[in-house]
Amino acid sequence: MTDHFDAIVVGAGPSGNAAAYVMAKAGLSVLQIDRGEYPGSKNVQGAILYSDALERIIPDFRDSAPLERHVVEQRFWMLSEKSHTGAQYRSDDFNEEKPNRYTILRAQFDKWFSKQVRAAGAILITETTVKDLVKNDAGKVIGVLTDREGGPIFADVVVLAEGVNGVVGQRAGLRPEIKPNHVALAVKETHFLPEETIRERFNLAGEEDGVVIEVIGSVSSGMVGTGFLYTNKESISIGVGCILSDFAQTRVPPYELLDRFKRHPSVAPLLKGAEMKEYVAHLIPEGGYDAIPTLTGDGWLIVGDAGQFVNAVHREGSNLAMTSGRLAAESLIQLKAEGKPVTNENLKLYRDKLADSFVMKDLKKYRKVPHLLERNRQLLTTYPSALNRAFQSFLRVDGVDKRTKEAEALRDLKKARGGWLRMASDLFKVARAWR
Amino acid sequence: MTDKKDKPAPKMEERLYQNRYQVDEGRSHVQIHQQNKGDSPELQAMTDLCPAGCYRLNEAGRVEVVADGCMECGSCRIVCQSTGEIEWSYPRGGYGILFKFG
Ligand SMILES: Cc1cc2nc3c(=O)[nH]c(=O)nc-3n(C[C@H](O)[C@H](O)[C@H](O)COP(=O)(O)OP(=O)(O)OC[C@H]3O[C@@H](n4cnc5c(N)ncnc54)[C@H](O)[C@@H]3O)c2cc1C
Ligand code: SF4
Repeated sequence: MTDHFDAIVVGAGPSGNAAAYVMAKAGLSVLQIDRGEYPGSKNVQGAILYSDALERIIPDFRDSAPLERHVVEQRFWMLSEKSHTGAQYRSDDFNEEKPNRYTILRAQFDKWFSKQVRAAGAILITETTVKDLVKNDAGKVIGVLTDREGGPIFADVVVLAEGVNGVVGQRAGLRPEIKPNHVALAVKETHFLPEETIRERFNLAGEEDGVVIEVIGSVSSGMVGTGFLYTNKESISIGVGCILSDFAQTRVPPYELLDRFKRHPSVAPLLKGAEMKEYVAHLIPEGGYDAIPTLTGDGWLIVGDAGQFVNAVHREGSNLAMTSGRLAAESLIQLKAEGKPVTNENLKLYRDKLADSFVMKDLKKYRKVPHLLERNRQLLTTYPSALNRAFQSFLRVDGVDKRTKEAEALRDLKKARGGWLRMASDLFKVARAWR
Repeated sequence: MTDKKDKPAPKMEERLYQNRYQVDEGRSHVQIHQQNKGDSPELQAMTDLCPAGCYRLNEAGRVEVVADGCMECGSCRIVCQSTGEIEWSYPRGGYGILFKFG
């Protein structure tokens, strides 16, 4: 192995794989390092894969990638103790030749992606943890130190695709430690059921069709958080995640929250008889735009979760990871072609590409949402339960006239929130954060 | 769902039973540096917060960690960053949790 590469990529998740693949395809010498036994063995996702971001890297990915089901129906649930109010959208248009969203199992998907990266010419070493970055006297990053025997490995640039914890970047002093209110802690279980049972329970026509459910309300027990339930071919992924500082404050054990969600009368029948085969936990960066660290420096740049690139409102992360990885790679390929060194100044190219992409545009759009939810928990508690009560009263036929029922529902809502003015102000705040 | 009266949750051992680990015997990647003045509220919170139940109170009422079931989420590292009670690093390459599905 040569000991100098065009690029070293730390991490073989979606962001690192995208970066390594694009650079290797263009003929750059790439060394990728992952601490897992195989790529994916440390990684967690819901998981919905968004085709577009991957298609721009591997157009024919559908031919070989391990995909579970394509999404034909999306449900949104507002949960209260014993009920849910929901909206759902299903369309036969989603049964298109090249579906837009799939469910996947990340451990298997990452293994597949990594195989493509190696076929493109990158060298991968697994079971190796990067411990630190090597800098020259001028402070430029010139390589990495790992927990393997042997000295440092050098490169023109180190791509930090190390995921949400960002430990390497922090220890090297490139970025601050993460704040507990900028990440969500998520726990998830995978429950196995026969394929036909899933099809029947979710009213699906084919074994390729899938349903995904996003959940707010009592699922987070008053914390800022959400739940999800996704159908895979022969299993159901179910999970819940809340802001870490909320968990620390309420001291609700995350697995208890998950168990309550599983026992909810709207959820339990979907899981009945299933066999749980894995329980996982992982952080999700949810601080949004204002939590993004410095992304570039002399000889290094950050992609994916390490850069806090997650759109929590739309539950998108892996696509931002792949896109930032691809844009970083394209920038580095261009710098090399122009014979320019990888300095912070020249990496403006990457920063500009990011700013021009949906990654930064979406994060900017929802910039105020994390603060909004942190300060206005009623949005995730009061309203979902008031809505559920209103629906119950509306649907229950009990001799009370409809006008009285309507007035009661409105009074209930007003009381729950403590007045119309407060509600108007909530509406205004949401509208402003959404713009 | 604010009830505390729910059925008891399955034991953590049962929950983690299906998971695959490559334990690095004798090398814990999470360690506690006990403070003389007692455990901080942050460290105490870990007894509820750690998704793998790695933190427990011992007989003396102090927080202890046994990281064999650790899923390497990093929560304890982040929650206790300002107290200096936790020394945390990734396990050696190849060791620790091995997700089958993720
Ligand atoms: C419960 C949950 C549900 C989610 N649902 C969705 C979803 O439905 N759709 C979606 O698009 N996104 C979702 N996300 C977000 C998505 O998983 C992430 O955005 C995505 O995985 C980020 O990719 P990444 O490559 O940046 O980081 P990661 O996937 O975390 O990869 C980082 C890699 O770096 C390696 N590594 C870290 N440190 C070192 C080191 N020091 N040395 C060597 N290797 C190292 C790790 O082993 C790992 O392979 C979800 C996340 C969670 C936790
Ligand atoms: S990293 Fe996560 S699972 Fe491991 S001990 Fe800390 S909180 Fe528990």
